[in-house]
Amino acid sequence: MEHLIRYIIDNDILVYAVMALIPLFLWVLPYALFAVWMERKVSAHMQDRLGPMRVGGWHGWAQTLADILKLIQKEDIVPTAADKKLHMLAPFVVFIGSYAAFATIPFSSAYIGSNLNLGLFYIIAVSSLVVVGILMAGWSSNNKWSLFGAMRSAAQIVSYEIPTVLALLAVVMIAGTLNLQDINTMQGGWFWNWFIFKKFPFIFIAFGIYFVASLAETNRTPFDIPEAESELVAGYHTEYSGMKFALFFLAEYANMFAVSAIGSTVFLGGWNSPFGNFLGGPIWGVFWFLSKGMFFVFVQMWLRWTLPRMRVDQLMYISWKVLTPWAFVCVLAVGAWMMM
Amino acid sequence: MTQYFNDIFKSVWTVLIGMRITFRHLFTPAVTIQYPDVKLKLPERARNRLYVNMDDCIGCFQCDMACPVDCFNIETIKALPTDDLGVTSTGQKKKLWVTKFDIDIAKCCYCGLCVYPCPTECIKMTDVYEFSEFNRNNLIYNYISMTPKEVEDVKVKAAEYEKEQTAKKAAAAAAAAAAKAAQPPTAAATPGTPAAAPGVVPPATAANVAPKPPAAPAPPQTPPQTPPTPEKS
Repeated sequence: MEHLIRYIIDNDILVYAVMALIPLFLWVLPYALFAVWMERKVSAHMQDRLGPMRVGGWHGWAQTLADILKLIQKEDIVPTAADKKLHMLAPFVVFIGSYAAFATIPFSSAYIGSNLNLGLFYIIAVSSLVVVGILMAGWSSNNKWSLFGAMRSAAQIVSYEIPTVLALLAVVMIAGTLNLQDINTMQGGWFWNWFIFKKFPFIFIAFGIYFVASLAETNRTPFDIPEAESELVAGYHTEYSGMKFALFFLAEYANMFAVSAIGSTVFLGGWNSPFGNFLGGPIWGVFWFLSKGMFFVFVQMWLRWTLPRMRVDQLMYISWKVLTPWAFVCVLAVGAWMMM
Repeated sequence: MTQYFNDIFKSVWTVLIGMRITFRHLFTPAVTIQYPDVKLKLPERARNRLYVNMDDCIGCFQCDMACPVDCFNIETIKALPTDDLGVTSTGQKKKLWVTKFDIDIAKCCYCGLCVYPCPTECIKMTDVYEFSEFNRNNLIYNYISMTPKEVEDVKVKAAEYEKEQTAKKAAAAAAAAAAKAAQPPTAAATPGTPAAAPGVVPPATAANVAPKPPAAPAPPQTPPQTPPTPEKS
């Protein structure tokens, strides 16, 4: 992919800019539009409703386009008492934090934004930037609900990074590398080569831990206490309107896909076809990767409309007393198994 | 310790049960009724927009009086003895011109209280419920069947008739007053013969007094060239 772009454009900076923007324009933006519509449809049908039905004709497919158009036209309101600079900067930091994770996610065997040796580590590190942005948003809004939301979000993400990282570490111990492209290549062939089925059942449990923890990291229900509508108005983005609000929204959906994509890359073979060489190759690889990712996005939505919100103490209980010890058990067990 | 494992197992298991339920609902047909495309059948006795059959209205004001929110605005004019307004479908003779019958449907609370007292059953609630408007004044419904010109004619006629009547009355009153004025002296002089005096004196005095009546009920009577009704309406 990089060679192809280098063949078309003869300028290093432009090549990297194009490489960096490909996932944004070809995937993240269309995906976010689609996912918002899908979330509304999924939630509606799970509640025996229909959801948006009118905009655009077929099942209201253009509803999100109309919403985005509306958000673009909206006035950008900055509260008088807000810390203007931080208030302005926060949505961008949040979005950058979640989009930066896409840099080392391999979309196919031929495309990866940056083939880093420390890919997985980089993702874990850079996605912590989101917390900074959320704290900025909550603090600068000068609003008690925003601040509550931001503090809760910080506490939650810091707690849940530990089980996430430990669960991923179990896989990294088998793979022996942090390069996501290499991790993917190792899982080639049939689906029983995927890491989720290795060292059974420890990686399987690790995957469950990763998935639950990633829900908490993206502030999704049942761990959505940072933006609990019934308690905090809207949490850290209470005071945002117009395009800045849309950026928070975009970041949330980008994050949803990012964690799903990491989960499917690390545990479920990423761009590998489940059936050996059937529908293999770089182009079908994109299809497999995106469909695995979208499946977990769907599962996140499914859980959102199934489970009620946790209390803060329950949230901490799950993180520190359930997920973290079990993640340690998995790491230790996999390590011991590797030594044998 | 067993409690701990039990809780973990239970939470995972119940989450799976919940997910099964929501997944099943994903495929159950939605209960939504997409309103403008699909409309529910209204109940048989649904009360919605009012309708007045003006052919049967006798202008009795019963609906106006029954209305708890005063959404009626009715005006009537008494028909002349020479006018024939016909009869209602229930056989009642109409005695009043209904020159105004407005219902402010925006005020209407659809209680149906106006429907029951109507003696000719000409006001009823229909099943029409889609009548939103952009301007609230468009919700004041005008039910009269007369054209504005007809209304004007009827008013002029009625005013003229009334003027005639008052003139007659004034004349009669003046005559009576003149008779009274003529009476006392005669009565004082000859109390035995009151009937003879009015017969002789009034014709002369009544002609003098009539143009400037002492207690006239209608003041603008001195210039009788222009009818006063247009200004009044």
